[in-house]
Amino acid sequence: MVARIHIPERVTRDEPFEVRVLIQHPMETGYRFDADGTAVAKNVIHTLTVHFQSQLVWRAQLGTGVAANPYFQFWLKVPDSGELRVTWLDDQNQGASESRRVRVA
Amino acid sequence: MSDRRQVIWALASMAAGAPVSAQVLPNGYEDSIRRLTLGQTVQPGRVRVQMPRLADNGQSVPIQVTVDSPMTAQDHVQRLVVVSDRNPRPVIASIEMQPSMGKADLALRLRLNGSQRVWVLAKMSDEAWWSGHADVEVTESACLDAG
Repeated sequence: MVARIHIPERVTRDEPFEVRVLIQHPMETGYRFDADGTAVAKNVIHTLTVHFQSQLVWRAQLGTGVAANPYFQFWLKVPDSGELRVTWLDDQNQGASESRRVRVA
Repeated sequence: MSDRRQVIWALASMAAGAPVSAQVLPNGYEDSIRRLTLGQTVQPGRVRVQMPRLADNGQSVPIQVTVDSPMTAQDHVQRLVVVSDRNPRPVIASIEMQPSMGKADLALRLRLNGSQRVWVLAKMSDEAWWSGHADVEVTESACLDAG
């Protein structure tokens, strides 16, 4: 599983900047059948958390209504440089996290 | 389903008898909303939902949610819930937000089972629920296999 986090190279202190996160994941609904007619088991990222310097920014419970390869666009305001971390977990108990260094100019 | 969620569900169904204003609720999905809001009144307004009027394919439909909130420690959005009035599982996402987001503005992509009204409910830090919605025409449903 891979994820990409996009943030501006330099940000201003206490000024909201845009963050874009893209996670590679099929988000299987459990309603789909494969070529042999066998039902594909439901497997979605059910929990996604975003932290900045170990402080929670937002946390989401996701369902089957989120498109495959979940994409999120949100804003963040930081008092100082630090680490932005996105962590997720799916129905097969597979999880991962990805982080990006935020630099205050 | 986690234990915690079962507890919340059980608590919510106890409160399900409480009155909810009818005109802001998606058709047929009143129950899941009542569980989420614990029967509290949901007022229309403060939530702006932007979606394309026409989506060729229900597999990935962009949605942008903007809530009229300063996002300060005293006054911010606590939770955003995206609800579909036609998907097999109505609750698409439930997002817990912190004031450090700076702006109550979030975008993601949905998977939709046909043309419908998508609702977004927002719980503010003063515990009040507000809502907004957008109508979207989906030419090809994301649930073709499911029938």
